[in-house]
Amino acid sequence: MKKLMSGNEAMARGAYEAGVTIAAAYPGTPSTEILEHMVDYKDVIYSEWAPNEKVAAEVAVGASIAGARSLAAMKHVGVNVAADPIFTYAYTGVNGGFVLISADDPSMHSSQNEQDNRYYARFSKMAMIEPSDSQEAKDFLIEAFRISEEFDTPVMFRVTTRICHSKSIVELGERKEAGHKEYKKNIAKYVATPANAKIAHIRVEERLKALEQFANTSSLNKIEYNDTKIGIVTAGVSYQYAKEVFGDKVSYLKLGFTYPLPMDLIKEFASKVETLYIIEELEPFMEEQIKAAGVKCIGKELLPNIYELNPDIVAKSILNISNETKNVDIEIAARPPVLCPGCPHRGFFYAISKKKNAVVAGDIGCYTLGAMAPLEAIDTVICMGAGISAAMGMAKAFEVSGQDKKVFGVVGDSTFFHSGITGAIDIVYNKGKLVPVVLDNRITGMTGHQENPGTGKTLMGDETVQLDIVDILKAVGYKKVAVVDPCDLKAMNEVIDEAMNSDDTYAIVTKRPCILIKGLAPSKVKCEVKSDKCKKCKMCLKVGCPAVFFKDGVSYIEKSMCVGCEVCMQVCRFDAIEKVGE
Amino acid sequence: MKETKNILLVGVGGQGIILVSKILTAGLLKAGFDVKMSEVHGMAQRGGSVTTQVRYGEKVYSPIIGKGQADILVSFEKMEAARWVEYLRPQGKVVVNNYEIPSLPIAIGKAEYPKGVIEALKKQFSTTVIDATKAAEEVGNIRTQNIVLLGALTKALGLNEIDWTEIIRENLPEKMVEINIKAFQKGQEL
Repeated sequence: MKKLMSGNEAMARGAYEAGVTIAAAYPGTPSTEILEHMVDYKDVIYSEWAPNEKVAAEVAVGASIAGARSLAAMKHVGVNVAADPIFTYAYTGVNGGFVLISADDPSMHSSQNEQDNRYYARFSKMAMIEPSDSQEAKDFLIEAFRISEEFDTPVMFRVTTRICHSKSIVELGERKEAGHKEYKKNIAKYVATPANAKIAHIRVEERLKALEQFANTSSLNKIEYNDTKIGIVTAGVSYQYAKEVFGDKVSYLKLGFTYPLPMDLIKEFASKVETLYIIEELEPFMEEQIKAAGVKCIGKELLPNIYELNPDIVAKSILNISNETKNVDIEIAARPPVLCPGCPHRGFFYAISKKKNAVVAGDIGCYTLGAMAPLEAIDTVICMGAGISAAMGMAKAFEVSGQDKKVFGVVGDSTFFHSGITGAIDIVYNKGKLVPVVLDNRITGMTGHQENPGTGKTLMGDETVQLDIVDILKAVGYKKVAVVDPCDLKAMNEVIDEAMNSDDTYAIVTKRPCILIKGLAPSKVKCEVKSDKCKKCKMCLKVGCPAVFFKDGVSYIEKSMCVGCEVCMQVCRFDAIEKVGE
Repeated sequence: MKETKNILLVGVGGQGIILVSKILTAGLLKAGFDVKMSEVHGMAQRGGSVTTQVRYGEKVYSPIIGKGQADILVSFEKMEAARWVEYLRPQGKVVVNNYEIPSLPIAIGKAEYPKGVIEALKKQFSTTVIDATKAAEEVGNIRTQNIVLLGALTKALGLNEIDWTEIIRENLPEKMVEINIKAFQKGQEL
């Protein structure tokens, strides 16, 4: 049966066909839909949203040790979080096959950096496989599990946004039960003490040699000989771009198994072509190794190492050919992503933006958008969890240098469970004079509404305990935990003022669900500007709501977008905004 | 058909572009084409500029195109057409919904909604202007504007051998089928 599938859907299918029984992940674009589709096979695959990527990787590691074929999936920066268990699991080796899916985001469509995670395979000394379309995403994943078990190695399955979120035709196969491997207690293998790790490292180096030999003959690496004036070594989606540009006019060495590189095969291919190009996205990962092996080739001399490639860029860089284009001669306004109309985060950010001495450390999630104009209410965003712990460092630095600033450390509910909790503990333990703020909207928002430990539901749709953030903060030692509806600006203001003046450990939890949560009744109440009362002061525009604009000389609220959150109404000093439709 | 055709769908998050590309690709797949489609999720969704690319032909390699490669640009919003028009081949076609959604910089008065977009497009490209939003209102549900545009798109591409009403039936919940078929037909008439 043939089906049009995204790479993410195809990887879930591959896991199913490979006989995987355990899968864990933390949501992150572009990886999220891998586990969302894993639920399609919930009769045979246990899958979970872990609180963070490290936990996800460890759950999959444990499952693999216990004998299951298992995988963990995450976005590229998630691998940073999960690196600890991954590096050591590369030493111990596996029992049931283990695959780490790393979904990189060249061009940073939805990410804070565009790190090239292929280096993780080399760094941790594990095998790496890269598919170039959805069919390969499925088929190569099955092979990845076989390789993992044959060579006793974790396998990194490295994909990128254009693999994850592109759809192409997939021929489906049947599930082949892998059968759980027998679990045998093996202290020398699985207890990573220095004594055992010393022996393991020798094994790892031998394994790399064996993997390189295997790579030279693996069916994942393929040569397509055409005219031999130009030869191209490429992998992943870059192969598709190269094919698009050069078609059948040049020869290709298309690599699916990309670490360790099949150097004999590369040398053989290089010897048969006149000029060798390496076409790869982001860093010269293959190129540097190929050059170090003494093979003459051209790569990043011509191709950029910034942003994703496309056929246009490949053609321009290598052939110096550009498509003819035409443009229109008008100035176009930017259209940045924004907090939705009715977003509960808006109230908090509006209130805090008015506080002179407040410094706000933000985090990763929809609320990152609190940094955008006109709110501009966030000073920093670094990574998951830093909203609280970097805030601690800022507060300490201001304290040491005697600067009169009050630091607020802002995270969302899912991010709090991910790694905000540890920072919150640090503040209490080390007597930080700052205020952690958890913007609890009852869902993991930005990635498209995934369950988390606070929602009362699991990935597989089961009811479960609902962790209470207020209870957790109290339990770790916060003397005062204020709970407030962020869209009630007066209450929000009072809480912030109280927090700023408190000498006790003080935390704020804002509670209001994301307006996009399915099943919540859409509000019938809308806000409306009474144009005769509008004094054109534009205060209402300062809340940064996409439903509020200035039109024909007065403020105007687009009814189709308004959800009646009343934040704009509360900032209007002339009572020109009224509720309608009650 | 030897040559691969490239469709670029653009608009604003929430306008239903993903659904259109889903129906479009389902139809193309049924007609026996090789099909690739690329979309971007995540942060880009939140009211930001959204693009989806659909490529079809005998054999499609790249899921995405670069500048100067699209055969047709279907824009669900006026300003977005101007933003992405560079991706069209010089002889490419534009189908544009005559509908404005001000972006936040415009709403808060930091930027202005460009004037003369349609005229500028017409000067450079073969441009079809559609009042999809109005047509959708006439059909009875403003949210069917995306399917109105699908109707216009399939007509502009001459994809008439595909039974689109059947594809719509297969891809939408039953209670939404009839109104969307009406919207599709309306789009083909415009």
